[in-house]
Amino acid sequence: MDKPAVELIGVTKRFGDDVVAVDDMDLTIRDGEFFSLLGPSGCGKTTTLRMIAGFEFPTEGSVRIHGAEMGLKPPNDRPVNTVFQSYALFPHMNVYDNVAFGLRMRKVGDAEVEARVRRVLDQVQLSRRADAKPSQLSGGMQQRVALARALVNEPEVLLLDEPLGALDLKLRQNMEYELKDLQSRVGITFIYVTHDQEEALTMSDRIGVMSDGKLLQVGTPTEIYERPTSRFVADFIGEINLLPAVVGAPGVAKLANGVEVTISSEHPVSGQVTLALRPERLTLHTIDAVVSEGRNVVKARVSRRTYFGDVFFYDVDLGLDEPLEVKEENRPDLDRFEVGDEVLVSWRPSAANLVTD
Amino acid sequence: MLDVELEEGPTPVTPELERAAERAESRRGLFISLPGYVYLVIFFAIPLVLVLVYSFASRSSTGLTVLEGWNVESYKRLFTPLVAQIFGRSFLLALITTVICLLFSYPFAYYIATRKPSTRNVLLVLVMIPFWSNFLVRTYAWAFLLGSNGPISQISQSLGGEPIRILFTNTAVLIGMVYGFMPFMVLPLYAAIERLDWSLVEAARDLYANGATAFRKVTLPLSMPGVVAGSILVFIPSLGAYVTPAILGGARTTLLGDYIVSQFLSARNWPFGSALSFAVMFVMLVATIFYFRAGARTL
Repeated sequence: MDKPAVELIGVTKRFGDDVVAVDDMDLTIRDGEFFSLLGPSGCGKTTTLRMIAGFEFPTEGSVRIHGAEMGLKPPNDRPVNTVFQSYALFPHMNVYDNVAFGLRMRKVGDAEVEARVRRVLDQVQLSRRADAKPSQLSGGMQQRVALARALVNEPEVLLLDEPLGALDLKLRQNMEYELKDLQSRVGITFIYVTHDQEEALTMSDRIGVMSDGKLLQVGTPTEIYERPTSRFVADFIGEINLLPAVVGAPGVAKLANGVEVTISSEHPVSGQVTLALRPERLTLHTIDAVVSEGRNVVKARVSRRTYFGDVFFYDVDLGLDEPLEVKEENRPDLDRFEVGDEVLVSWRPSAANLVTD
Repeated sequence: MLDVELEEGPTPVTPELERAAERAESRRGLFISLPGYVYLVIFFAIPLVLVLVYSFASRSSTGLTVLEGWNVESYKRLFTPLVAQIFGRSFLLALITTVICLLFSYPFAYYIATRKPSTRNVLLVLVMIPFWSNFLVRTYAWAFLLGSNGPISQISQSLGGEPIRILFTNTAVLIGMVYGFMPFMVLPLYAAIERLDWSLVEAARDLYANGATAFRKVTLPLSMPGVVAGSILVFIPSLGAYVTPAILGGARTTLLGDYIVSQFLSARNWPFGSALSFAVMFVMLVATIFYFRAGARTL
């Protein structure tokens, strides 16, 4: 199948007269990829997923799955399965019957149902709990049953609606690896909805960032994190410093405090811009240090230090409206600074990104 | 807590103090439930014991109940063909009433539960409006509607047909019973359907079930608590119904309700009336337990 797994063409979803949940969205999801829709709650990502599943229909636009128009097809006629945020396991059925539900609905023979359910339960390591009711299982196990119940049908596309949201941190991190592993093993297209940028970054082949019903940027995790094109994407993913600046001469930006810094010539713009700088791309030096050639160097004063165990976060004052946040690893070979210290902040010109508002 | 506070103010807590606080808590629980307990004991438990005592009493030659010569004659009489027939008839009527109520109420309750909240409240009020007028008055209204001079009969006649008299038939009793007990079926069903997790229905649809199958496999089994509660609330009063059969049935066929009443008022056989009452309660209790068990199994 070389056709894209899912295509959304000019999809708009309005609820009532004035709520636009999804606004004229175009998106192509490739066959076999792990695609994440990332955004804050209420951005339209879940509505988008529900339109692919068939729980909602677009107000206008086209949803295609492997080239086939979905139109007003009900969910049971679509070659996709969903892992629900709340798992939505049938409480009156045991694990086996939950997992067998889809196959039985499609009138698969008993022997094959048995074989496939056993195999998928094996895969999620729940063979021994086949007779348990969902309420007798832990959250992590329920999550795996929900996954098994969808995967056993071998859907063309698997839709996952914040499936890890209800799990605690350690379990969630384990599941992130398992999910990614599973996806590459079964080769099914995953569309994964999340508001958690870490989940999206660690698992996805590509990420689409949404805000207010609009798809702002689509790209690989690296592109999204390192080359955000808009202030929203830069700010939503990870920590970032956003500095207003004016570009006069090519390659030179003047900060609000009058300091001129070099920017990458990739950005042939001029006028009012916003510089986006990741805290971990900034380095602190003692005030008398010799900073290597080619880096921007600005004088600053440490105004706050926060200890995170593996890293320190420093707020340093440049004489701008907002302090600059700097992330330094907690390593014995790096200098440590105290509040009030005069320091130098440096970064490579290529580390700064220009973003639009 | 407050009850065990010492004059000196708070002190570090010891196991004794903690136990004292727990005892105070449970005393408070008893205190607030006291009015309910007192009422139930005086007006329910004591009369019930009296009925039980009377059911073993004997009658004097003039028919008065004598609280001596204890015997089980009244209970033996329960196993006569006449009693069995009356019991069977009442049971059947209650069963049919329950089934019809269920068939009418489920779709309606489903409809209400799936409306938006403001519409729901209006519909629920409509269901409860009949309670605002007296049950006896409403039953007489049905007697008028179903009688040979009532609107139904008049419409039939104006269309050139025969006069229709439904009043004083089993159909009239059934109509009246279904009418009277329907809200008791609708409300628990509504409550059960309303709190259903609709993502389960979506999950069933997502797993290739069409609308009807999703209903059969998910919605219906998960709303069984409402079906059980509604059925019990309709079946039990139907079994002992007295007013509706008396007014709309014209007491042509004897049902349990009027049979018991007649034992107390006309036959003046209090021991037998008491034994009958106890037998009905026993049957209801057993039926309820079985029904609950069956309902619980589907979950």
